[in-house]
Amino acid sequence: MQLTLWTYEGPPHVGAMRVASAMEGLHYVLHAPQGDTYADLLFTMIERRNSRPPVTYTTFQARDLGGDTAELFKSALRDAAERFQPEAMLVGASCTAELIQDDPGGLAGTSALSIPVIPVELPAYQKKENWGAAETLYQLIRRFAVKMERAPGAAPRCNILGPTALGFRHRDDVKEVRGILARLGIAVNVVAPLGARPSDLARLGDADFNVVLYPEVAGQAASWMQRNLGQPFTRCIPIGVGATRDFIAEVAGLAGVDASEFLAEESSRLPWYSRSVDSTYLTGKRVFIFADATHAVAAARVAAEELGFQVVGLGTYSREQAREVREAAKRHGLEALITDDYLEVEAAIAAVQPELVLGTQMERHVAKRLGVPCAVISAPVHVQDFPARNSPQMGFEGANVLFDTWVHPLMMGLEEHLIGMFREDFEFHAEAAPSHLGHATAPREAEPVDPTPEAAVIEAPGAVSWTPDGEKELKKIPFFVRGKARRNTERFAEMNGIRTITVETLYDAKAYFSR
Amino acid sequence: MSAILERPAATAPVEAGCDTRPVLRERGQREVFCGLTGIVWMHRKIQDAFFLVVGSRTCAHLLQSAAGVMIFAEPRFATAILDERDLAGLADAQDELDRNVARLLERRPDIKLLFLVGSCPSEVIKLDLHRAAQRLDRRFNGVRVLNYSGSGIETTFTQGEDACLAALVPELPQSDVAQLMVVGALADVVEDQFSRLFAAMGIERVAFLPARRAGGMPAVGPGTKFLLAQPFLAETGRLLEARGARHLAAPFPLGAEGTTLWLRAAAQAFGVSPARFDEVTAAGEARARQALAAPRARLEGKSVFFFPDSQLEVPMARFLTRECGMEAIEIGTPYLHRQHLAEEMPLLPESALLSEGQDVEKQLDRCQAARPDLVVCGLGLANPLEAQGITTKWSIELVFTPVQGYDQAGDLAGLFARPFARRGLLKV
Repeated sequence: MQLTLWTYEGPPHVGAMRVASAMEGLHYVLHAPQGDTYADLLFTMIERRNSRPPVTYTTFQARDLGGDTAELFKSALRDAAERFQPEAMLVGASCTAELIQDDPGGLAGTSALSIPVIPVELPAYQKKENWGAAETLYQLIRRFAVKMERAPGAAPRCNILGPTALGFRHRDDVKEVRGILARLGIAVNVVAPLGARPSDLARLGDADFNVVLYPEVAGQAASWMQRNLGQPFTRCIPIGVGATRDFIAEVAGLAGVDASEFLAEESSRLPWYSRSVDSTYLTGKRVFIFADATHAVAAARVAAEELGFQVVGLGTYSREQAREVREAAKRHGLEALITDDYLEVEAAIAAVQPELVLGTQMERHVAKRLGVPCAVISAPVHVQDFPARNSPQMGFEGANVLFDTWVHPLMMGLEEHLIGMFREDFEFHAEAAPSHLGHATAPREAEPVDPTPEAAVIEAPGAVSWTPDGEKELKKIPFFVRGKARRNTERFAEMNGIRTITVETLYDAKAYFSR
Repeated sequence: MSAILERPAATAPVEAGCDTRPVLRERGQREVFCGLTGIVWMHRKIQDAFFLVVGSRTCAHLLQSAAGVMIFAEPRFATAILDERDLAGLADAQDELDRNVARLLERRPDIKLLFLVGSCPSEVIKLDLHRAAQRLDRRFNGVRVLNYSGSGIETTFTQGEDACLAALVPELPQSDVAQLMVVGALADVVEDQFSRLFAAMGIERVAFLPARRAGGMPAVGPGTKFLLAQPFLAETGRLLEARGARHLAAPFPLGAEGTTLWLRAAAQAFGVSPARFDEVTAAGEARARQALAAPRARLEGKSVFFFPDSQLEVPMARFLTRECGMEAIEIGTPYLHRQHLAEEMPLLPESALLSEGQDVEKQLDRCQAARPDLVVCGLGLANPLEAQGITTKWSIELVFTPVQGYDQAGDLAGLFARPFARRGLLKV
């Protein structure tokens, strides 16, 4: 057993859902107990998708366990095939269904459906979400992709592999990378799984090479395609200016095109922003980085080479890519932290006391607890990191986004200087949050800092006063509406000639104003 | 996956008026939460309690997706994730539990009550959490250790609260003293309002279950008469009765009418004179009706369709139809507890279809065919329905918002009126 406060990854069947939901014309029948449909709201709420994920759950209950849960699965499969008419289906089990061993793959085989059914075996007690996504994509590609001959002399063409539903900035990264490829004159054959149909997977072979954006998801499939379809794949992840330039060179090499003109132009504002004197105070800022392997390695390079930070901690929860992170850590003179234990990450951050944390949603918790500025660079993320605006991490525009996002939580230069000079200020002090973030120094309502006699007589005669009970009741109102409730109640009291506000007045006012 | 219309035999004795109405009972895919979700609010209600789920990564992921990722502080819940070694019997599960509990309590010395919460995986492999709780009880600094199941195979959403409170009932001290007990986790502000009303009526001893702290749980015994504040407390009610307490039948305290009827059940049981009762409740009821006027104007004549979620659907539908002038098309509930809803059912309009259980695809078909003005449903369905042009009210909010009592009646109606207001405002 492992004690877990927060988990960096969901179970592997959520990874399979991310692939299924990313695609079109594919339906996933998941043997799972009642309640596992919570996963739908990851897609409908966090990613704000406007349709239900293409997933049918068997949602068995305790009373079903005595009966025939296998029959339940088969009927769910038949009903889903008939209702949704997909091109192909995935079948699998969630963690609880794995225990009852109904074998969805075998059962689907006996159901005699006229469409391809791909069983995905996802060991829920060993593996996690990203592995589940990678395995699902691999099984789909293995099933559908075939070797094709490319006509000699044809324009270069590639596939983009890895973007999924619920991926951190996948939507905008794809757009950015498509732009780079277009500038180089390289056509995009298929993007998968995001937006692809099973029939599109059958066309994957009709490309010269593969662009792998997220090795966590597409690494396994790309290796298989290299071996079996003869398609090489890219290793550079275009996050940061330097990495984007390396990526462009790598892609140009694979496509046999000339990138020198493209590379000669400056396409990102990051280099100038970072060189400008306003950024001088960023030099040597101590930064702790924890993320999935891809984003952690990329962030460390950007932090050190493009912003002039000092990387004081580097780690990942992606055990599958631990080696890459260890190598990167070595380049920064560090020992990589490879763990999925949130408490270990917290301890490591507390130990090095960084000035900035670049991490996941979980590191925001840690940073808040420790009072350290933080920016999010990787999944797991919450709804605010599926923004409406264009906000890639990759490419030259991605570098612009990184500069703004990472610098924003830091105290701005002048303020930092003034705090160094005047430490006793009652609102601008070292424990307070940077004032450009606009909070944390609100005067406390209950205890005035200096209750001088003058302050006590400010209440003009004729003004309303609050009974202690009334005040106490007011405090029960959530703070963000408390000010409004106070104003409304006092206005109501004045309108009605009430001098002393009781609990009853508070609620009379509430009822009055809700008209 | 069949749907049957359940009709009582012609010779069956007719009890409450609505017991004769047909109920559509369906089985199929259920788009609902499991009982673990109850932890999301119970960990805030009982301030010094900790909830340790024994389950899989899915359980941990559920808790953090349903609530945790929005909570930027260390929560008072966690998951002990089972791994291969636990399943293969390589590790003694009981030893592993002891180790995890010790680590947890060392980190959180302020905890006085620990719930070991069962999940689907722990129930399927028959991990004996009851025995574990007994063994660990009071072993660490006097911390009480109890257990219940919040698994999806046994519980739906709010039934997790029922299971949690039911675990507390056998632990409550014994007392024969006459008292009123209000059962069900209520917002603190609502609890205080009810306390004041009962005090004004002259009911001297009023207890709330759960209490806000583990050490303050009320006593129970033959002198206890209890009001259920929530409709989903079947097992808790049964166990309280087993300890000699008497259930006061009443509708649930939603809206002006529901609150008055609920309070009256207690007043009558404690011999409060009708004059006194009217005196105490008149102002509150009038305020509630006043506050309802504005949202009612938006809701009147609109049709509403409930997908099953929390068991609050029946009293909510009663409130919306009788006090807000809405028309109920279908009232879906995950579980219909006829005894506890006996006072509610006669107040429902005859025209509404009552359904218990779910086959979500068929229910969506019915919903789309009916084109209701408002659909009350979970977060998995809300945005997809909105994208089809159907106005929704996501139902979980009804459990997370103070809605009971007179002074929340306007807020409650406002929750349903707001989606209409928003539709009216947006010009994009």
